[in-house]
Amino acid sequence: MRKDGILMTLIVATGVCVACSVFVSTASVLLKPIQLQEKALDKKKNILAAAGVELKGDVDQLFENNIDTEVIDLETYEVVKDIDLATLDERKAAKDPATSIQVDGLPGIPRVSKYKAVYRTKDGKRLILPVHGKGLWSTMYGFLALDAADLNTIENFSFYEHGETPGLGGEVDNARWKKKWIGKEAFDEEGTPAVTVIKGTAPPDDPHKIDGLSGATITARGVGDLVQFWLGPEGYGPLIEKRKEGAASG
Amino acid sequence: MGKARDALFDPVFNNNPIALQVLGICSALAVTTKLETTVTMCLAVTFVLAFSNVSVSLIRNQIPSSIRMIVQMTIIASLVILVDQFLRAFAYDVSKQLSVFVGLIITNCIIMGRAEAYAMKEPVGRSFADGIGNALGYSVILLAVGFVRELFGSGKLFGQVILPLTTEEGWYPANGLLLLSPSAFFLIGFLIWALRTWKTEQVEQEN
Repeated sequence: MRKDGILMTLIVATGVCVACSVFVSTASVLLKPIQLQEKALDKKKNILAAAGVELKGDVDQLFENNIDTEVIDLETYEVVKDIDLATLDERKAAKDPATSIQVDGLPGIPRVSKYKAVYRTKDGKRLILPVHGKGLWSTMYGFLALDAADLNTIENFSFYEHGETPGLGGEVDNARWKKKWIGKEAFDEEGTPAVTVIKGTAPPDDPHKIDGLSGATITARGVGDLVQFWLGPEGYGPLIEKRKEGAASG
Repeated sequence: MGKARDALFDPVFNNNPIALQVLGICSALAVTTKLETTVTMCLAVTFVLAFSNVSVSLIRNQIPSSIRMIVQMTIIASLVILVDQFLRAFAYDVSKQLSVFVGLIITNCIIMGRAEAYAMKEPVGRSFADGIGNALGYSVILLAVGFVRELFGSGKLFGQVILPLTTEEGWYPANGLLLLSPSAFFLIGFLIWALRTWKTEQVEQEN
């Protein structure tokens, strides 16, 4: 058979494609369970980091010892008791009309899960809220930690999953930028969400403004939008309001 | 045996893929801020380069020349996906830090270059040695750059504090430039200069 003939070309092309696809899919299927486990562990690490717990020792154990989890219904803002945390998949739930709610305030995301797992540190100091929203390329997932006493001061804010451009939008996980959120106030005096990301450098004494990210206008806008949304009336706003009143009346 | 040894050791200093051929610069800039990511990248490139050379060499007599590039590319891409999946399963943190750069090994010119220039013509054993050799040459430069950037840019080696920073109540004021990609250009430039001073035959003739 001629090496450069059409038949040989077809045989080699098909052979290489079949061999490579079998190889790649086998690896992907076999490694999937370990990857999912790692991902879950990484999420726990990020919750612990948002809670301000030092990551020393076994992550599962630390999580067990330091964090309380409760599932909140975003329509009634009540704690839901009959949902198993292990089976709650918020991303899947957001796709099913029965387990999701329609929202207007989150650009590019029409529905969010009706049930959200929120976290509290066992010492009662921080409330950790899962947030997400669109950046330039991807949906960014993160945690916003509020001081549980005033439910206003931001204690920590970080993303654990995103697909933004490394070096530009990807700087949302830059430690120096994340530090800028700490100590800012989430709400203004009227109780409306006030914390925003602005273009350029924010005045240092402004309690609500965060520096923008250069070269990442759209990602930064996405971050600002998602924080406004999740602190607002369609997000955790009423929950925070309710908890504030609860704390005030004893 | 001599030829295999040359294939293995020549690319380290005599015919270094980064310093002499100036290939694979992109990842040398991107992943060298820390040694941890640098080492992972070097291992990943070593694996891909060695096995893409072996696979291409195995079927070199069957590949029709009209589709040889796309066949090489398919093999390289499959190996890179495998490495990416492995990192996600067993080194999740590092794979997050390396982000797109693992996937970008596909476009690393060294790999395609060796497949096309060497593995298409040479037997399997020698192609394997050539792959490992070029990966060594790539790694030598990357590790040197990563060492300088992490030590003088953030005062650490493999995340362990060596030079306590002034921002953390130490005495060493960090050089911020080394954390930015352009610093790798300067460092690679210095390395090329040093190498050509040592091995003067690498200096290009002036016209």
